[in-house]
Amino acid sequence: MASAVGAVGAAGHAHSQSGVWSWITTVDHKRIGILYGVSAILFFLLGGSEAFLIRLQLERADNDLITSGVFSQLFTMHALTMVFLAIMPLGAAFFNFIIPLQIGARDVAFPRLNALSYWLFLFGGILLNSSFIFGGAPDAGWFAYANLTSATYSPGDSMDFFTLGLLVLGISSLAASLNFIVTILNMRAPGMTLMRMPLFTWMSLIVSFLLVFALPILTVGLIELLFWRSFGMPFFSAEFGGDPLLWQHIFWLFGHPEVYVLILPAMGIVSEILPTFSRKPLFGYTAVVFAGVSIAFLGFAVWAHHMFTVGLGPVAIAAFSASTLVIAVPTGIKIFNWIATLWGGSLNLKTPMLFALGFVSLFIIGGLSGVMHAAPPIDRQQQDTYFIVAHLHYVLFGGSIFGLMAGIYYWFPKITGRMMGEGLGVAHFWLMFIGMNVTFGPMHLVGILGMPRRIYTYSESSGWETLNRLETLGAAILVVSFIIFVINVLRSVRNGEIAGNDPWDARTLEWSISSPPPVYNFDAVPVVYSKEPFWDQKYPELAHDKPPANAVAPVADDPASIHMPYPSYWPIVVALGGALMAGLFIVNPYYAFIGGAITMMGVYGWIFEPAGPEEHH
Amino acid sequence: MATHSTTAPHEGHLTTTTGLDHRKLLMWTFLASECLFFGALIATFLLFKDASVSGPTPQEVLNIPVTSTSTFVLLTSSLTMVLALAAIQRGDIVSGRVWILATAVLGATFLGFQVFEFKEFIDAGLKPSTNVFGASFFTLTGFHGAHVTLGVIWLMSLFIYSFKSKDGIPVTKSLDVELAGLYWHFVDIVWVVIFTVVYLIGSLE
Repeated sequence: MASAVGAVGAAGHAHSQSGVWSWITTVDHKRIGILYGVSAILFFLLGGSEAFLIRLQLERADNDLITSGVFSQLFTMHALTMVFLAIMPLGAAFFNFIIPLQIGARDVAFPRLNALSYWLFLFGGILLNSSFIFGGAPDAGWFAYANLTSATYSPGDSMDFFTLGLLVLGISSLAASLNFIVTILNMRAPGMTLMRMPLFTWMSLIVSFLLVFALPILTVGLIELLFWRSFGMPFFSAEFGGDPLLWQHIFWLFGHPEVYVLILPAMGIVSEILPTFSRKPLFGYTAVVFAGVSIAFLGFAVWAHHMFTVGLGPVAIAAFSASTLVIAVPTGIKIFNWIATLWGGSLNLKTPMLFALGFVSLFIIGGLSGVMHAAPPIDRQQQDTYFIVAHLHYVLFGGSIFGLMAGIYYWFPKITGRMMGEGLGVAHFWLMFIGMNVTFGPMHLVGILGMPRRIYTYSESSGWETLNRLETLGAAILVVSFIIFVINVLRSVRNGEIAGNDPWDARTLEWSISSPPPVYNFDAVPVVYSKEPFWDQKYPELAHDKPPANAVAPVADDPASIHMPYPSYWPIVVALGGALMAGLFIVNPYYAFIGGAITMMGVYGWIFEPAGPEEHH
Repeated sequence: MATHSTTAPHEGHLTTTTGLDHRKLLMWTFLASECLFFGALIATFLLFKDASVSGPTPQEVLNIPVTSTSTFVLLTSSLTMVLALAAIQRGDIVSGRVWILATAVLGATFLGFQVFEFKEFIDAGLKPSTNVFGASFFTLTGFHGAHVTLGVIWLMSLFIYSFKSKDGIPVTKSLDVELAGLYWHFVDIVWVVIFTVVYLIGSLE
């Protein structure tokens, strides 16, 4: 992936582009994107294995494959891994690799901060998972409700791994979000106004803002949880006047925007793929953009629908019920626009398109079961049953994962220069589509029959066994589908068909440059006159917004004169210090100062290191 | 202090889409995020200020005259911060150094008040784990104090950095000071809210 780019940089500053050290010190957004993507897929396989163990345990009644304690660790870590270590970083992988290419930039605004985000993510994920070795993983659910998380009911260190691991991951996401907001707002190619930005870039911008506003709330909750457990500060102890419900409010005030953090990148990807493979512009671009923005705003006003059964009182419940119903409107707008994009298009059913269509259809099912929960009486019936598990997997697996898979198949040629195998891709899609419905479809039924979530076994007399066996069969199909996916990736990276610049006849700027792109992305910074600049350049006769008659073609810079930032090892030093600060806190809060000292040293090293060659004017 | 990439514009060469320097936009966005951080801490305090089942209560320990003094000290530091940036922007090396140092000293004085206050409260029997008022009070003001501490370290770093060259911090690098100033003013504004909500409203019977 990194061939033939070694000579780039200021004269006399050719940096090695291969070897482990070059990856550790890289500040290239494309390589950081690849690091994010590979790590996230590995974590995804880990989280999937946890899920499959859960399914094996529930395959028959009164099963004793897994103890109740381990089962609780598995469902907690499955959720944490999928949310924080798989879906979010997969989104970040695409943000990193694709956004600068889509907006015609040569890098992100803060390359070293970008590297810091990645290393904090990696170390945070390792810290969280190291709990399996050090006395047991978190087992109070990913939402970690008080009082279950108190020092009394969760003795040992498991919940401290949860708290500190998520704090590290939160800082990573915050840094990445700030970086992307500045990159998108400040580094667009000339002519690319906000309303000409590709939809994926738009959704990424919205996600970044959501994280910037939601993460600090979670941070406060985690700090309170940590201080409650470690220093006996009675935030959530009712007997001291504390309030366990405060945790729920804080968690879901973060947690519901987080749901949109998980789905909006997939929506953005699908909004790129459907037009490309329908050979039509996206229907209702403006409506889709504003629907995304309003989803983000409303996302902060619906959190208490996760808490309809805790006794908030009729006024609060009515208000949150109404706001939850309202959020279905912008979501519906998006879905109708996607369908209208397909309408009358000349559909090209390649693997990315199949996954995008899978996304739309499965997300509709998950969306509809979600709207049902806006009605408090129905929600009370379904709270904590498998019906909820079915709903959330239709939106997060059927939605986010299908969308991200579509993105992998779509952009793999751009990232590696090679196509993914189409035959294996189609097999992967159909097995995943069938497996997904066989796994999660019956959960609707078994939930309505009354099966609660998070129980490690059930009795034969419950009547749930047949449906559970079917779900486990579906999970086995999913396992096969992901084995095919991994084989496809490994084969295609080495032997895939050479892709060329634009294998899909696509519409946005990333397809106008070579695959994989050169270190500096664009030798000539493009000038943008329309929403689909590359399509309009290829087919000027079809373009709505044509360049003015006196437009001058952008001039290519000599690659040797393009200054790229220097590699740096300070980001990994700072990240290591931060992760040590968190990890050592578990041993002894005072030891955290050791990590703090390393962080501080790293920050000073970072500040006084030249980021790149000085400009000479 | 070269935090931006070489593909980014340098001062005097603003070619960003918005016309704002990358670092300034980053700082503003970060401060927006900080609003939610302190907002959540303040909300926790409001929930708990009178919810303790045992004392000491806010009315028993809060010392408005002392905190008013420290508030005055901190707000004055915003003035010296403005003077520091103005001096550096007009190339006045000595004034720039003096006002940066003055800002850091005022910030450190504020922290001294806070240490004194924490000690007084602990002597009066209010520890972070005593009751929910103590827990939410120490967390909120403690994190504010941590922000001030970072600000003082930042300002002292700038002060020492200004001696690296006999020209001090040159006008072309004034953004380095402006960013510290943005952060510093934000931390001051948060204190205005904390002083109002925690001290003035909190001490009402």
